[in-house]
Amino acid sequence: MDPSQAEFEEEAISGTGEGDENMEGVEEQDDGYTSSTPTSTLTWISWFCSLPGHEYFCEVTEDFIEDDFNLTGLNTMVPFWKEAMEMVLDVEPDEDASKIPDVSIVESSAEMLYGLVHQRYILTRPGLQSMVEKYEAGIFGSCPRVYCAGCNVVPCGRSDLPGLDTVKLFCPNCNDIYVPPSSRFQGVDGAFFGTTFAHLFFQTYRELSPAPFWRASTPSGASLSPRSSTGSMSRSSTSPGTFFNPNPHGGQKRAAGYVYVPRIYGFKVSERAKSGPRMQWLRLRPENADELDMVDWRGRWIDDDDGYDEEEEEEMEDKRMEDFDPDAADDDDDDDEEEEEEEVQEISGSMRHALEMPVGQSARTNPTVPRALEGLGGGRLRMVRQWAPSRHVEVQG
Amino acid sequence: MSPRVRTPIILGSSLQGGNWVCVSIDFWSFFFSSWISWFLSSKGNEYFCEVEEDFILDRFNLTGLNNEVANYPQALDLITDQLDDDIQDEFRGSLDVQARLLYGLIHARWIVTARGLAKMLEKYKRAEFGRCPRVLCQQQPLLPVGLTDIPYEKSVKLYCGRCEDLYSPKSSRHGSIDGAYFGTTFPHLLFLVYPTLIPPKSGPADLGPLSTAAGASSSGAGAIAGELARSRRRQKEEAPMIAEGGGEDINTANVALKAERYRPKIYGFQVNEIAKLQRWQEAMRDRQVKRLEEMETQGAT
Repeated sequence: MDPSQAEFEEEAISGTGEGDENMEGVEEQDDGYTSSTPTSTLTWISWFCSLPGHEYFCEVTEDFIEDDFNLTGLNTMVPFWKEAMEMVLDVEPDEDASKIPDVSIVESSAEMLYGLVHQRYILTRPGLQSMVEKYEAGIFGSCPRVYCAGCNVVPCGRSDLPGLDTVKLFCPNCNDIYVPPSSRFQGVDGAFFGTTFAHLFFQTYRELSPAPFWRASTPSGASLSPRSSTGSMSRSSTSPGTFFNPNPHGGQKRAAGYVYVPRIYGFKVSERAKSGPRMQWLRLRPENADELDMVDWRGRWIDDDDGYDEEEEEEMEDKRMEDFDPDAADDDDDDDEEEEEEEVQEISGSMRHALEMPVGQSARTNPTVPRALEGLGGGRLRMVRQWAPSRHVEVQG
Repeated sequence: MSPRVRTPIILGSSLQGGNWVCVSIDFWSFFFSSWISWFLSSKGNEYFCEVEEDFILDRFNLTGLNNEVANYPQALDLITDQLDDDIQDEFRGSLDVQARLLYGLIHARWIVTARGLAKMLEKYKRAEFGRCPRVLCQQQPLLPVGLTDIPYEKSVKLYCGRCEDLYSPKSSRHGSIDGAYFGTTFPHLLFLVYPTLIPPKSGPADLGPLSTAAGASSSGAGAIAGELARSRRRQKEEAPMIAEGGGEDINTANVALKAERYRPKIYGFQVNEIAKLQRWQEAMRDRQVKRLEEMETQGAT
């Protein structure tokens, strides 16, 4: 090592050594810690990440640890801060480091320090990047739930403060958390991954996040699903390969949406039985994104009216269409067919939204019954234009 | 029962452990009095329970299985320890596979009988099928279940009575067991027959007699609303024999409301799309609860 550099390093360390709690002093110095990696091939960080049970950790760059801004507040949480810092960054320890009773205490402090820095690092762009590489390599494992079909999971903490709970695994498909399958992860603190990372990860990589709606793509799948799949909605979600979520901030991956249906001798267990299904809602997804909007922010159904009047709805719909199509009143008689077709499509698009609500609700009260009315919402709606001023809507079921 | 004489070669290969190759035949028969007890004690077969000999010997219970299993008569003889000793070694090897298949298919039928359910219940109480990996299920013991009753299609899965969902076994040696050896019906029939054992949707897992020590210590910690009802239920279970049926006073119409769920958050704020989905799911739940409670009141009047 360059002697001048060593001198600087020593100076820097002694400067921070005046008081562990004096963070200000550290921040005033530029580059308070200098690493001495060239001397050894294996850094403490890469050694730490290679330990059994530490497979979930990614390597935090030394630049990140050396930037004191990133460490704000951590010095109050980690005992033997300076020594732990030296250990993590492979800095030669101070000669007069006699106040440390046991090196194992520093080791646990270093682990705590690294873990808490790791929690912050994986929320940064390079941190997310190195975690997505691990994710795609399947290092975090896959969801144990059968109908998540081996969806990869990410590590997740239940608390951001250390010492409260061990690391868990978050599945983006069922939005639930699981205990890691191996006991070697029982010693890893969940705070080293934090509560935010898993969700920021799937917000960042939307193509890895399953969409909140799902429709069985094959008729054979219907037997596994509590919802019937007789729908004829010709949204792009039905054809494989061209899946898309209308919410640009939502998950863009096709979900694995089957929900388990208990059966006794081939017959579904009725919900009327005391042992009947009570938890299917936990895994259920609506068939399309619009259905999500049928529940308001308080969790109540919008227009949850059982005595629904179909005619009233149709009248209401008529009005809405006039609003929708402002130039309907001064329509020319010479409209060519192309334009008319276009309009039919547009209107059916807007009507689908309104008409689907009662249809969806009636079908949902009894999910085992095939959705006979599904055709209503299925885009087979046709608007026939007439010369009379009042408009007539024809519905072909 | 005829005494079993086996060559050490067969013994070694079937036990899959080098240590056992050299032991004498007497030693083997001392520890494993029958093919079934040998099968049950070999590694990977922990999920199986013992099928009583009476059940196997009643041919009515085996109806149709002769079409499923090759060398059915010999396989049956092997299971019941009545196989002639002069059978060739090579044949015995393949017969072992058939015997396992036959035992598995008989097992699927056995565990849905009253005595079979009771035997599996004991294993369930000792959590021999593992515990639910879902964090909020709080170590709820699992039950084995098949996705189909046809052999050679799907491996065994584990059913959690709390979240009512299916999970894959942690260990690969259990992950390769055929699901048809347990069948699609078993766990649901168990909770139908023993409604008092339906797990509560919140609080620590509580399994009655065999786990009273653990249950008592944990019950002191949590002041949960359902605690009283559950301890009452536990007292009932502590009776020497767990009664089938019963539990008329149990109302499961609104248990789903007690279920905990995980809420993803970014810096303490819920994630928009997931929160929306969860609201929808909870609205679905509330609708079912309302429906069930209406049925309950209609049934009561």
